Amino acid sequence: MIPTAFDYVAPTTVEDALSALATHGDDAKILAGGQSLLPVLRMRLNAPEVVIDLGKIESLRGVRDDGDAIVIGAMTPHSVVGSDPLVKEHALLIHRAVEHLADEQIRHRGTFGGALAHADPAGDLGAPALALGSSFVIAGPGGTRTVPADEFFIDLFETAIGDDEILTEVRIPKHTGWGAHYEKFVRVAHQWPIVAVAATVKGSGGSIEDVAIGLTNMGSTPLRARAAEDALRGGQDLAAAAELADQDTNPPSDLNGESSYRRHLAKVLTRRAVTAAAGG
Amino acid sequence: MTRINLTVDGAKVADDVEPRMLLVQYLREKLGKTGTVIGCDTSNCGACTVHLDGTSVKSCNVLAVQADGATVTTIEGLAATYDGGELHPVQESFRECHGLQCGFCTPGMIMQSVALLNDNPTPTEQEIRVGLEGNLCRCTGYHNIVKAVQHASGQASEMHA
Repeated sequence: MIPTAFDYVAPTTVEDALSALATHGDDAKILAGGQSLLPVLRMRLNAPEVVIDLGKIESLRGVRDDGDAIVIGAMTPHSVVGSDPLVKEHALLIHRAVEHLADEQIRHRGTFGGALAHADPAGDLGAPALALGSSFVIAGPGGTRTVPADEFFIDLFETAIGDDEILTEVRIPKHTGWGAHYEKFVRVAHQWPIVAVAATVKGSGGSIEDVAIGLTNMGSTPLRARAAEDALRGGQDLAAAAELADQDTNPPSDLNGESSYRRHLAKVLTRRAVTAAAGG
Repeated sequence: MTRINLTVDGAKVADDVEPRMLLVQYLREKLGKTGTVIGCDTSNCGACTVHLDGTSVKSCNVLAVQADGATVTTIEGLAATYDGGELHPVQESFRECHGLQCGFCTPGMIMQSVALLNDNPTPTEQEIRVGLEGNLCRCTGYHNIVKAVQHASGQASEMHA
């Protein structure tokens, strides 16, 4: 199928994109890399009157060092994020998650900010971004504001980005030297995970000084496994801590698995992810 | 209608297109390049893979207007990018190793294999399988496809068909 007819604008600056958004409001949809939006338009699950393509805004691309954080431009393709040395050095968890996100063709086209703004709870970037304590820079008519990750994801496909706003970049506090692993459980290689666990660990020789764990597809938004993190920080052994990974989650039931199965997966995958992240 | 200018298989083209037109439709219906096929229409199968500014993309998941200003190479223009024969070495290897059964996924498989080898000229078997995970062969003929990529990379295959 092909999408319903729409008008198309391709601004070259964020200001022009914002004014196009102000003009068209609810009738408009933002196009980043299009790897989630185009299937939605083709299936006619959404039929915007205007599509605003951010693809020609150069300032939204690239990764830069900003002191205690690295900053990833919203329109940076996954393949660029995945091969960027700053990301690998300071946010290894993002590097690991991007490596196996969708497939190579999709990674060439899909963007870091587009995937996060789409806020699919089965998307691979939400849990790592949350676990690393990222913050989201959002531009709007009144200037820019910064939203912490735990306030960014609101519900299924819903974020703190307002109708008249655009996500411009994501700031990720440096986790230099932290081990990381993204453990993904899938039925088909390049599909969305049934459940995935993002773990990053500070420590050496298998010992854990600090840890952050994010959960993919265990609720309507990405979640932190806070109880498991606290147990590990408190010195509990991993097997016991991993049993707490499903606390305060609300996993869905669907054709890929019942809610109770997802709870089981979260525990097993947490154990695997933390073990790998700690270099065990 | 929106005006687009791009280079497809070495030729400059310009057209007025509806913004909703997919790149694959543009290639097939406007330019007659039916070598690039539509397989699944859900962005899963990779049969429509082409190169957009040097990297592989699924052309059913790109709007023609997004390709404005870009250079596109399809399976039809691939051989011409290689100076030395009627077929590109990867095409030659697919023929040599019988890397196809019904042939429908082949244009996408070859375009993705070329992209994979551009990034990693001597991939392991596992790297080939991962690199081709966005391309589905409904005949399940993966064995010889992987063999063809190994052959194209100049690595003797240890697998037997």
